[in-house]
Amino acid sequence: MAHRFPALTSEQKKELSEIAQRIVANGKGILAADESVGTMGNRLQRIKVENTEENRRQFREILFTSDNSINQSIGGVILFHETLYQKDSQGKMFRTILKEKGIVVGIKLDQGAAPLAGTNKETTIQGLDGLSERCAQYKKDGADFGKWRAVLRIADQCPSSLAIQENANALARYASICQQNGLVPIVEPEVLPDGDHDLEHCQYVSEKVLAAVYKALNDHHVYLEGTLLKPNMVTAGHACTKKYTPEQVAMATVTALHRTVPAAVPGICFLSGGMSEEDATLNLNAINLCPLPKPWKLSFSYGRALQASALAAWGGKAANKKATQEAFMKRAVANCQAAKGQYVHTGSSGAAATQSLFTASYTY
Amino acid sequence: MPHSYPALSAEQKKELSDIALRIVAPGKGILAADESVGSMAKRLSQIGVENTEENRRLYRQVLFSADDRVKKCIGGVIFFHETLYQKDDNDVPFVRTIQDKGIVVGIKVDKGVVPLAGTDGETTTQGLDGLSERCAQYKKDGADFAKWRCVLKISERTPSALAILENANVLARYASICQQNGIVPIVEPEILPDGDHDLKRCQYVTEKVLAAVYKALSDHHVYLEGTLLKPNMVTPGHACPIKYSPEEIAMATVTALRRTVPPAVPGVTFLSGGQSEEEASLNLNAINRCPLPRPWALTFSYGRALQASALNTWRGQRDNAGAATEEFVKRAEVNGLAAQGQYEGSGEDGGAAAQSLYIANHAY
Repeated sequence: MAHRFPALTSEQKKELSEIAQRIVANGKGILAADESVGTMGNRLQRIKVENTEENRRQFREILFTSDNSINQSIGGVILFHETLYQKDSQGKMFRTILKEKGIVVGIKLDQGAAPLAGTNKETTIQGLDGLSERCAQYKKDGADFGKWRAVLRIADQCPSSLAIQENANALARYASICQQNGLVPIVEPEVLPDGDHDLEHCQYVSEKVLAAVYKALNDHHVYLEGTLLKPNMVTAGHACTKKYTPEQVAMATVTALHRTVPAAVPGICFLSGGMSEEDATLNLNAINLCPLPKPWKLSFSYGRALQASALAAWGGKAANKKATQEAFMKRAVANCQAAKGQYVHTGSSGAAATQSLFTASYTY
Repeated sequence: MPHSYPALSAEQKKELSDIALRIVAPGKGILAADESVGSMAKRLSQIGVENTEENRRLYRQVLFSADDRVKKCIGGVIFFHETLYQKDDNDVPFVRTIQDKGIVVGIKVDKGVVPLAGTDGETTTQGLDGLSERCAQYKKDGADFAKWRCVLKISERTPSALAILENANVLARYASICQQNGIVPIVEPEILPDGDHDLKRCQYVTEKVLAAVYKALSDHHVYLEGTLLKPNMVTPGHACPIKYSPEEIAMATVTALRRTVPPAVPGVTFLSGGQSEEEASLNLNAINRCPLPRPWALTFSYGRALQASALNTWRGQRDNAGAATEEFVKRAEVNGLAAQGQYEGSGEDGGAAAQSLYIANHAY
């Protein structure tokens, strides 16, 4: 322990740090378009579209060929493996289209959940085998960041110490390997919203999970300035009968983060979980208006919350391309404003009205 | 793990947080006047004064009789047990004098270091037995914060994993007990400057130690907003042949803190270690001018670096008391400025010229 063996050179650190900052500069956030084939199946089934490679390609093409101004709101796009190698109808690679817009290309790296025996149905994540070689190839093929989703759930005896420890460790290994290959790791320790627990309980669990994650990252010599965090917002469980305002969600979320996430981390891009598009935007806005110290960028990495309307507008029909792009652009712009605390929900009176709803921080 | 059993009520949290913020209010720092009887022996023998209880009382009187100028730059004073119950020549308890100046009273509560068997001369710190009862009594007797010093050292095989873990754990137990009794714990994991290691090595070790400390504090459910950190600055070892500028020390120090100290911690009050009075001020100033974002107050908790000139001027003579007090006030004011990055140095060219000497942070 006494001696350090530097994991990265100054040049490597500089590259990673610059990539991370580019992704979250000026209120920009991330489009999580990395739905696996199975997950895309769920999405497409809802709009009665067949889950074929061509249909998946068509939908992503519509999103990625949006007007260039999308690059004011979107700093990075996470792709699924298949999508990284797909092209538009003129034969131009998606990753080239995105790069030409100045958007950073990312790649989902984990290979799904595996059960942890002896726990109450808890899981860890696989994907470490051969990860270094995969990362090196993805870097050559245009990716500059990676994403890996660990999942924890709140239930009886959950999350257990083992689940927290194991997922934190796997995330740290993944992060270390990414950085060795010039990829910025997005670290995603998602605490699921399933359950009837209240806001305070989610906050408590989130704090414990994040503390373990950052200890593991430190143990594994990960360069924090070259990472991004993708956590859940702190919310009550879906089945909780008590309702909370965006300001309460914001205060609980920022409190948890500021007790656990070192200032060296350049950006925190929230996942949207099961939130509606509008709730995801309102909550992000409230988070950015929260009066606690916030030394990191607080932005978005949304999947459903950026694409739900777009999917509905598309319905699988090429003729709906313009409407689809408009729906997508609208959410992207709204979330960019929210990432700056400037989102005005039509019908609300904006910042001033929400400000007074913050409960004093010491109660959290 | 899944359930939280709140360690503190909302009122307790607010009280702790308010105390911490008062101590590190802008421009203020701490006078560490908690030298044990043994430590005072060393100080007094250097000026040829006998180490009696009366001499120790007379000396502390020199410091505590400072005029109102110290109100702007001293937020807290750490007492040794004996001093907490001593009075000045007019029979006014020292505690009252300090409190009347609006300064928070603190108390050293550790009971010194003990060896860790099986290590290369490493130690842990004792003092947990009956600590709760002692804290309750100190709180009644006027103390609102406490201090506990752990010591680690850098050498070929140290600090070992055990030393880091054990000291972090004991600091967390101490902090938890303090908070239960309404006392803000100052957490001091000092890494000694002894040795010939360079700046980078000290930075690496400091990051590992602080990560362990904050993981332990999280595990022990310590309320970070109601604590203060008292770390070493990141410096080369005393015997290191390479010389570093205050800007390099500042950059290494702030980088280490940014990677490990959550923004919820209201203030970082550096120890001065073996630094001279002027060095300690110049380094603190450079730290407060460092171009990296710093979400906590960065100030001083100095013993020798506030008292060396005063001690030397006093030399045990009542006639010198006034002049000695003046020396102390001078250093206090200088450090108050340094805590805001406004110290122009003792005649040298500070400010603009120094600014350009900061090396880009990815080199750290």
